[in-house]
Amino acid sequence: MTAPDLRARRSWRSVQDRLVTGLMIAAVVAVFVPLVAVLVSLIARGGGIVLDSFPAFFTEEVPRFSRREGPGMGPAVIGTLLATAAATAMAVPLGVLGAIYLHEYGGRGRFARLVRFMATVMTGVPSIVMGLFIYILWTIRFGFSAFGGALALACLMLPVVIGASEQMLRLVPNHLREASYALGATRSRTILTVVLPAALPGIVSGCLLAVARAAGETAPLLFAVGAAKAFNWSVLDEANTALSMQIFSNAMDVPAAQDRAWGAALTLVLLTFLLTLTARLVTGRFALKR
Amino acid sequence: MEPAIAMPRPPRPQAGVLLPLERRSAPALEGEPVFDLEDVEVFYGSFRAVRGVSMKIQKNQITAFIGPSGCGKTTVLRAFNRMHDTTPGARVTGKLRYHGVDLYGPEVSATEVRRRIGMVFQKPNPFPKSIYDNIAFGPRINGVRDKQQLDEVVQRSLRAAALWDEVKDRLDKSALGLSGGQQQRLCIARTIAVEPDVVLMDEPCSALDPIATARIEELMRELKSRFTIVIVTHNMQQAARTSDRTAFFTAELDSKTDQRTGILVEYDATAKLFSNPRDERTENYITGRFG
Amino acid sequence: MQLFDRPSATPRVAARPARAGAFDLRGHSQHADRAFRWIALGAAAVVLVVLALIAITMTDRARPVLGRMGLGFFTTTTWSVPTNTYGALGFIFGTLYTAAIAIAIAVPISFGVALFVTQAAPRWLRKPLVYAIDLLAVVPSVVFGLWGLLVLEPALGLQSSFLTAGVILAIMITPIITSLSREVIETTPTTDKEAALALGATRWEMITAAVWPHSKGGLVGAVMLGLGRAMGETIAATLVIGNTVHVTGNPFAPGYSMPTVIANEFGEAEPLHKSALIALAVTLFLITIAVNLAATAIVQRSLRRSGGK
Repeated sequence: MTAPDLRARRSWRSVQDRLVTGLMIAAVVAVFVPLVAVLVSLIARGGGIVLDSFPAFFTEEVPRFSRREGPGMGPAVIGTLLATAAATAMAVPLGVLGAIYLHEYGGRGRFARLVRFMATVMTGVPSIVMGLFIYILWTIRFGFSAFGGALALACLMLPVVIGASEQMLRLVPNHLREASYALGATRSRTILTVVLPAALPGIVSGCLLAVARAAGETAPLLFAVGAAKAFNWSVLDEANTALSMQIFSNAMDVPAAQDRAWGAALTLVLLTFLLTLTARLVTGRFALKR
Repeated sequence: MEPAIAMPRPPRPQAGVLLPLERRSAPALEGEPVFDLEDVEVFYGSFRAVRGVSMKIQKNQITAFIGPSGCGKTTVLRAFNRMHDTTPGARVTGKLRYHGVDLYGPEVSATEVRRRIGMVFQKPNPFPKSIYDNIAFGPRINGVRDKQQLDEVVQRSLRAAALWDEVKDRLDKSALGLSGGQQQRLCIARTIAVEPDVVLMDEPCSALDPIATARIEELMRELKSRFTIVIVTHNMQQAARTSDRTAFFTAELDSKTDQRTGILVEYDATAKLFSNPRDERTENYITGRFG
Repeated sequence: MQLFDRPSATPRVAARPARAGAFDLRGHSQHADRAFRWIALGAAAVVLVVLALIAITMTDRARPVLGRMGLGFFTTTTWSVPTNTYGALGFIFGTLYTAAIAIAIAVPISFGVALFVTQAAPRWLRKPLVYAIDLLAVVPSVVFGLWGLLVLEPALGLQSSFLTAGVILAIMITPIITSLSREVIETTPTTDKEAALALGATRWEMITAAVWPHSKGGLVGAVMLGLGRAMGETIAATLVIGNTVHVTGNPFAPGYSMPTVIANEFGEAEPLHKSALIALAVTLFLITIAVNLAATAIVQRSLRRSGGK
């Protein structure tokens, strides 16, 4: 018999297959273009002003007249750090404890299911809604402060921390718990000394990601933090500011202010990238695998 | 009611729905092998799963691969239709010739190979589509659009798989609604709908009950006249019952790396291998002393 | 006659259980243990408290404007502060329109990337690719807004409009749609894919025959989650949307949406104006919640169904 011809046929099918593969690659490129473009802009435009006036960019106040050229964004950095740290201090303990309740005590009970459901609902709350909520609840009564912003950020972080923590607790194998019970430990002791340490790396990683998100948020802060230009180291007193807010307000301002916005944006992105990379390192090295 | 098929290959024009295949030209030579393996080895990364396999598979025969688990039977089978291409890190070395052409040659397209060498899997895997669309899938991707032609192919394949009477009234229903044995016969029908040259079967009955198994074995005997069949089976008796030639594989343990590499121990006419095996390992396996 | 030994710790005279000793099973740490449980429960309850507060305080503040406008609030496009006329329709339209543009751009790209990563990319490329795409999700939205306003618009010669906002939103929701789609696609049973390949199908034919039927449902859910995100996203859109109420099919027209008008006007608004903005927020909240819940249910169901195979 004649030898079979096994070469690829030049048909619509192979053309179609190759076309589709090409489209897929185009999609991947399309995703990278904005990422690279943004990073390039940040470094080119933000890097300029940060490095030119280093370290003045971080130590000087925000110019009172935005037309004035030059740095700084010091207060914004402090404001972001204060608000984020305060938010983390509130959201993480509440979130981890809440997750502990849901997974270790609540199980499939009605209350636990309700809380889980509501936590899912809460992850979908638009950040501006959270901002208005805190305005009504806090700012009207107590005025602007970093703490108000922290409250709003905490509300955004809470469901994320709960979700990530519960997921990690689920990965802790049951036989660890049973071994502890069999030795006579109480439930709370088991949770605190056996389960939590085992789940900790994953929880830490999840929290870092939540913090990264919170640091970048603008809308929740708009009606809670105010627009200070001077350094304000107090969490509770008086208006403050934040990197995200400065970027937002300067974006539509004069070019001198826009330059500062780029510097602030670069700073903010570096901060969030740092947090994210740390989170991934922690997951990569220490966390329980699925 | 016409019998399921026990006739010699039908004349080409009637079955010529698909692309012309070369076998329509000259009649097959007696004794010309369909597959000719020379020192074929399969690697997963640096791990050698199978070594030094040399054998010839004959046309229109049923060849069975038997042996204990993990000794490379399925690995060798999947080399025949280039399924290892889909496993990252897998590599096939040596010469694997199909009608004289090296299957792993540089210009060979895996898609073309699989058009001619079909495979039925261990667990029936019909698509989540209707029975009709399952069978029609193969012909459709090969360019058959005409509804009448498709109807013909579907009916012919289902008859050949001894499934037609059971499903002819519900061709548009989901294939997933069939029983396990029916699903496997559907998969066989789907495979032969593209009119391959060879049908590979990877433990096709291991997920089925004895009655369904018996039907499939009967089907294999009927299909042998049209296709070359290579079947991997855990069930020795099945091999003894159905196959013309049998190949016995076993695994060698490398004491240094603690890895098992599959080797071909003996390959002979079934009757001979089961009654008078040449190798002691074959004999031990057949008589149940191990495996 | 003693048939078995008595436990030595049991006092023969005690009529009630011993206060301390080998058989006191009550344990002293019980109080702490129970207290811990209540603390944890309280923490979990905070979620309910916060949501309840949001619902109560915001609907309360929204009442004034609804009292004044009635249901006309949702059917009027007029938004005029001087005349105290507030209609949400224009902003609802803007929210839906920009979200639709964002979805139209993001979905093909996300699906393409997800398919590439799961079916076509060489093994060594997969993880780095996913890593890089997830970085896109880390960039804060205000930075995208800044870039959109100061770089993208001049570069493409665009004005701030529905389209620009849609493009920026698309960039922001792509990572989430891609990541979820990947998860869904990966649950396709290998055996189905092999069945298609074994019949001589090309990779694309295999995708349509085996991957698509299994993933359909989950992919819809992933898209809906992206939609929910796009609707709620505020800051990036605010900088590039154009800040003009327009109900039009023209994507190049400047527009406005619920979150963006709130961000722009709330700071200096009078009470009734504020009430109107809060009412918008509540509307936005309800819409995005509905979409997100439906989406989550669909994705969960699809993952559960395929995972069970």
